[in-house]
Amino acid sequence: MNPVNYLYLAALLFTIGATGVLIRRNAIVVFMCIELMLNACNLAFVVFSRMHGNLDGQIIAFFTMVVAAAEVVVGLAIIVSLFRTRHSASVDDASLMKL
Amino acid sequence: MENLIALLIAAPLLGAALLLTGGRRLDSVGHWIGTLLSATSFVFGVILFADLLGKDAEHRTLTQHLYTWVPVESFQADVTFRLDQLSMTFVLLITGVGSLIHLYSVGYMEHDERRRRFFGYLNLFLAAMLLLVLADNYLLLYVGWEGVGLASYLLIGFWQHKPSAATAAKKAFLVNRVGDMGLSIAIMLMFTTFGTFAFGPVLGSVGDASEGKLTAIGLMLLLAACGKSAQVPLQSWLGDAMEGPTPVSALIHAATMVTAGVYLIVRSGAIFNAAPDAQLVVTVVGAVTLLFGAIVGCAKDDIKKALAGSTMSQIGYMILAAGLGPIGYVFAIMHLVTHGFFKAGLFLGAGSVMHGMNDEVDMRKYGGLRTYMPITFVTFGLGYLAIIGFPFLSGFYSKDAIIEAAFAKGGTQGWILGGVALLGAAITAFYMTRVMLMTFFGEKRWQPDENGNEPHPHESPSVMTIPMIVLAVGSVGAGFFFHLGDRFLNWLEPVTGHEEGNSPVGAGAITAATLVLLVVGAGIAYLQYGRKPVPVTAPRGSLLARAARRDLLQDDFNHVVLVRGGEHLTRSLVYVDHTLVDGVVNGTAASFGGLSGRLRRLQNGFARSYAVSMFGGAALLVAATLLMRAV
Amino acid sequence: MSFPLLTATAVLPAVGAIATAAVPAARRTAAKWLALLVSLATLALAIVILVRFDPGGARYQLTESHAWISAFGVRYELGVDGIGVALVALTALLIPFIVLAGWHDADPLETGSKRWRPTQGFFALILAVEAMVIISFEATDVFLFYIFFEAMLIPMYFLIGGFGDRAHEHGEEAASTQRSYAAVKFLLYNLVGGLIMLAAVIGLYVVAGNFSLQEIVQARANGSLHMATSTERWLFLGFFFAFAVKAPLWPLHTWLPNAMGEATAPVAVLITAVVDKVGTFAMLRFCLQLFPEASKWATPVILVLALISIVYGALLAVGQRDIKRLVAYASISHFGFIILGIFAMTSQGQSGATLYMVNHGISTAALMLVAGFLISRRGSRLIADYGGVQKVAPVLAGTFLIGGLATLSLPGLAPFVSEFLVLVGTFTRYPAIGIIATFGIVLAALYTLVLYQRTMTGPVKPEVTAMPDLRARELVVVAPLIVLLIFLGVYPKPVTDIVNPAVKQTMSDVHQTDPKPEVEAAK
Repeated sequence: MNPVNYLYLAALLFTIGATGVLIRRNAIVVFMCIELMLNACNLAFVVFSRMHGNLDGQIIAFFTMVVAAAEVVVGLAIIVSLFRTRHSASVDDASLMKL
Repeated sequence: MENLIALLIAAPLLGAALLLTGGRRLDSVGHWIGTLLSATSFVFGVILFADLLGKDAEHRTLTQHLYTWVPVESFQADVTFRLDQLSMTFVLLITGVGSLIHLYSVGYMEHDERRRRFFGYLNLFLAAMLLLVLADNYLLLYVGWEGVGLASYLLIGFWQHKPSAATAAKKAFLVNRVGDMGLSIAIMLMFTTFGTFAFGPVLGSVGDASEGKLTAIGLMLLLAACGKSAQVPLQSWLGDAMEGPTPVSALIHAATMVTAGVYLIVRSGAIFNAAPDAQLVVTVVGAVTLLFGAIVGCAKDDIKKALAGSTMSQIGYMILAAGLGPIGYVFAIMHLVTHGFFKAGLFLGAGSVMHGMNDEVDMRKYGGLRTYMPITFVTFGLGYLAIIGFPFLSGFYSKDAIIEAAFAKGGTQGWILGGVALLGAAITAFYMTRVMLMTFFGEKRWQPDENGNEPHPHESPSVMTIPMIVLAVGSVGAGFFFHLGDRFLNWLEPVTGHEEGNSPVGAGAITAATLVLLVVGAGIAYLQYGRKPVPVTAPRGSLLARAARRDLLQDDFNHVVLVRGGEHLTRSLVYVDHTLVDGVVNGTAASFGGLSGRLRRLQNGFARSYAVSMFGGAALLVAATLLMRAV
Repeated sequence: MSFPLLTATAVLPAVGAIATAAVPAARRTAAKWLALLVSLATLALAIVILVRFDPGGARYQLTESHAWISAFGVRYELGVDGIGVALVALTALLIPFIVLAGWHDADPLETGSKRWRPTQGFFALILAVEAMVIISFEATDVFLFYIFFEAMLIPMYFLIGGFGDRAHEHGEEAASTQRSYAAVKFLLYNLVGGLIMLAAVIGLYVVAGNFSLQEIVQARANGSLHMATSTERWLFLGFFFAFAVKAPLWPLHTWLPNAMGEATAPVAVLITAVVDKVGTFAMLRFCLQLFPEASKWATPVILVLALISIVYGALLAVGQRDIKRLVAYASISHFGFIILGIFAMTSQGQSGATLYMVNHGISTAALMLVAGFLISRRGSRLIADYGGVQKVAPVLAGTFLIGGLATLSLPGLAPFVSEFLVLVGTFTRYPAIGIIATFGIVLAALYTLVLYQRTMTGPVKPEVTAMPDLRARELVVVAPLIVLLIFLGVYPKPVTDIVNPAVKQTMSDVHQTDPKPEVEAAK
């Protein structure tokens, strides 16, 4: 099968994720959309790896997964503590960091 | 024998170090330590003098190289001393008169709690002054030059709790600094012209330099001399310097330090000989100051300030003589030495009078003191006769010689300079007779002060009168002694050179004219202050008298132009620095602040709007990359 | 391999800084003693360097060279010439006095007060500055120099902002505002200078391919490295700007009065006597050696700016109401003299300038530290608040006067020698500038004596009647400085002997020779 099709899929997934990040307010959903984008990138990397016939892309994909895992830990912790203090998971409610 | 030269300076320097760092432990003996070390220096001076006398006239120069001071490539400054007839004369004058005045001060400063420090400063002065006259190069001379300035500053301001004394001290130092500027520029000019500033090489290769450079050097040296010797236009500090204790006025501001300018010009004679224009300016400065000081001296009621005017005027004579070139050098120095005797004596006499009069300085509140303090009266009187040039006393020989030399300059210049010198002699007779009459003759005019303390005039203790007597003997005999067989001339001639001038008028005629003018001057003073009672408050006086009381308005000029102008300048500069220079900086900072304040509004805190800008940015980057590829 | 003496001189205070910072909060006195001991040990090392340094030997001595960031050709290269040795010694000499003078500057405000003042931090920061300054004087790698040239801003920022003077006419609140303003101003000014220099450093790398001072100078001398005239000029300006801010040269000077006014006296000494010297030193070492032609090109403008600094600084000093700001403006005037001497391009000028750096360090330290003792007694920096101190505290007044006399370059004290050398050196090449600069000596007398008169003489003001005289600790700080001022004034040869060969080298780098005297030239 033509590997380029996988790239289309990756682009599609990335776009869905990006749109979700931009239009949804719920932090959990935004978070999941980010994961979607990351995995879209992973998919692209793996495809490129396949296309170029070396392992660089797969290594990067593993890196991404490790970073994503770390991010989940920190991100979810932040969201949970946000929810505890504000009883809301809306990203627009947390705008106190502006100057 | 050369090695003794450094000890001349070392003795008083040691005294200064001991007395200024020794603390209260030395309070009880400090004054004797100071006097002893000053006398030690005098003894060394006498030993060296005897040694010089033992040599023949051409070999009377001793040098002592101590160490290399500042070596930077071709700039080589050494600490080397040079003792020749000229510096020897000064050494004896400085240490001799200096020791006498130390002795006098033991009595004069007896009740001052800071007497130890006073003697420390006096010793410091002696060391610096000796360094000045013993230095073998101009840079080392400069050290002594400023050293005496420092000592003078400290001693004028010795009674620092009096604001007037502190101000006078500061003024003296500042005016002197203007002169010092001249000396430093002169040294720099010498360095660029000759590549050195040691006496020997500079004075020896004068012939190779252009006259323009030499004139410039000469004028700068004159500026230095004007500052130190209180010559017009830098004379204004000397009157105020009388705020210092009287022994200081006698030693520093009459006998020694103020004559340093004369020393400088005579020492640099070779330069001036080759620069006639500079010489002319020197004589003009001398002649102007001669009259200036004399006129100021006529109007002052403060006995010390009247004497200060006189000092200025007498140094004017010396500078005038020094400007005449080889016909005048020897007489300048001779007058300097005799003046050292009688003026120091006069000041010590004035101090003795003040000592007995509760520190009153206004002559209008004296009168008839001759019966209360006879020794002071006699010594002061002898000094008086010497300074006005009474026949066969010191001033008669030295001043007459200068007047003759001035006429001998020749041409119109000679007539003018000689005429001024003669006129000066008449005015000298007037103001000195005035001082004498107001102080020692007439009715007593003192009254109780506001606290009811009436002065009880009394003779000073012998520790004070002995120096006065010694100086009076010098005032009487020195001139005759020097004159006899042209001793002084023969002694000094190998260093300074000498030429006999061709006077258009005979020596006898000049002497006669001087004596007539002397009688006229003294006579007018007698008519005004001897025949009539002296009013206790000064009459309004003529325009000239009022101007002379204010130092011929020179201070007012300085105040308006320099002090006020300077204040305005600094104040506006402070403003400029704060608003303009700093304003540009702060303005830059503020505009950046404003810009970032605007940029800050973009940060609205909504995570999703940040995400939009991130995506937008990423899209832009990708687009740009693609575009670049396409191109 | 021989013992890395130069590294040790810098590392010792750095380690000392960390150790001092680590002393437990309660053992505040121990931290002070530790800092003093470390600074004294550094002084001992500096003396060893001074002894081991052979003035007649190679240009850079005691050199150390190690690869550091090889990708950019950055090396860890140290070496000292005569000028560097003199300044390392000056720094190491002054720090113990600064530590001792600031002994109580970082004590807690009141016992039992909640407002905590980190004594340990104060002394640690001073040692950190010392380490960085010393390594700047030793670095012969441009990048290495740049790093520490910039890094020393950080401890200085905290020293000014965190431990400033609490004396202020409008109370402590105003003092605190002023202090932050001064610290930020200091930082920003110097950062801007540093940033421009960074651009020039990178530019130099692009042109030369490495950062080694010696290699670049050699390559330029033998023609293997060509630099276009305009490139050289731009790079020169980049370097010079940073140094002129630090030195500071008119019109980039306005941070200094603020910083010196708001900092405590020991920190003010640290700024003007130690840190600022890096600027003038770097002009001699980097500007002249790396860009000789551009230096000559810029000389007329720089000389005029230096001249303005001399006169302007002195005039502003006359107009100050605040003792410390007065000393700051006086320093601006003195830095004018130093820069004048450097760019007059004569042996006398440059030797004089180097000597001036040393002497100015000592004389300003003496004057400023005594001024600090005075201020700490009365709690005011305003000149008008004093009067008649001489009567109450004669020793304090005497030392203040000697410090002042050194500042006005009285012959017999050290600064005279250097000032005269600078003037002569300038005069031989530029007579008019030399003569105008001479006016500086009159103005110096004016501001010093006015300061002395207003504070020390006259009737005793009621507020100062109970003022104690100098204490033993304070006397230990001042006395050696005064002895040194007198010694170097009477016998400056030890310093000139070390400095002269290095100056000769620098002169040949810029292809300059001293002008011949007129009499010789005529022959």
